[in-house]
Amino acid sequence: MGFGRSDRRRRSAPDPVALKLLVAGGFGVGKTTLVGAVSEIRPLRTEEPLSEAGRPVDDIHGVEAKSTTTVAMDFGRITLREDLVLYLFGTPGQDRFWFLWDELAQGALGAVVLADTRRLEDCFAAVDYFERRGIPFTVAVNVFDGATQHATETVRDALDLDPHVPVVMCDARDRASAKEVLITVVEHAAKVAADRREPAAT
Amino acid sequence: MTSEKDRWYDDAAGPVVRPYAMTRGRTSHAAEGRLDLIALVMTEPEGEDGAAEGDHTLSPEHLDIVDRCQLMATSVAELAADLDLPVGVVRVLVGDLLDAELVHVSMPVPPAELPDESILREVINGLRAL
Repeated sequence: MGFGRSDRRRRSAPDPVALKLLVAGGFGVGKTTLVGAVSEIRPLRTEEPLSEAGRPVDDIHGVEAKSTTTVAMDFGRITLREDLVLYLFGTPGQDRFWFLWDELAQGALGAVVLADTRRLEDCFAAVDYFERRGIPFTVAVNVFDGATQHATETVRDALDLDPHVPVVMCDARDRASAKEVLITVVEHAAKVAADRREPAAT
Repeated sequence: MTSEKDRWYDDAAGPVVRPYAMTRGRTSHAAEGRLDLIALVMTEPEGEDGAAEGDHTLSPEHLDIVDRCQLMATSVAELAADLDLPVGVVRVLVGDLLDAELVHVSMPVPPAELPDESILREVINGLRAL
């Protein structure tokens, strides 16, 4: 799908397809590390008006004249094929940037919720967010040095996840491990998509 | 040396505002709703190989975008990162280029519509092959 001057376009090849995955989780859980393990990482900044969802949570005391806030986040590009590109967006970790998630989540194929078993509660908000919006997600437990290797079932119980939500262990620093996480997310998204199509087809 | 308190850092220095000088103060564009972060911008033949350089209504940043998107379809998010501009500024600039018919934009899969099963399969295979 394109717009602009499609009628006079010289290209005969179809437009490339871009897809996005989100990487969410608490502050310092390894989102940047995970994105960096599988792709070139780039910092992205955007600025958002404080007038909307930001206002109640953003402390603008002393800077009342400030009407926008700058948000920095990470993103990466994985070129799968010349005409197929996967983008990874690390969601802003601080709670006050929740309002940005809606734009990021729009059209997202799926999400990774990175969890640290020492601070499992940090990912509650992300789990909640994706559950409520029906975005397929996978919980990836980043196994830090010295952290206890919780069984995935323990994590599942602690997060009160639906049985179909995949829970995997990972090492966000390791490329192969990070790749496995992304594959799990896309496989899960494909399954969810198939399940959603099913009722419509019958 | 200027003393610390006389200097403006980060937000106080207004990094958010100055870039909008290159949009001539505009903070939004009519096409904005169609410019998702992963909307891919591609240069039209009319803009290729510096053809747009004679257009004096365009800023160096506009031309930068036209050049970058000739080499490779580039997302709005990447343009923002590569040009070190806020996403909002890039949206306005890309909107101008759309108006001038120097670029076109490929839309990402519409929200609430999951992509084709075959595309997902290709993504999985592509990731495995990385």
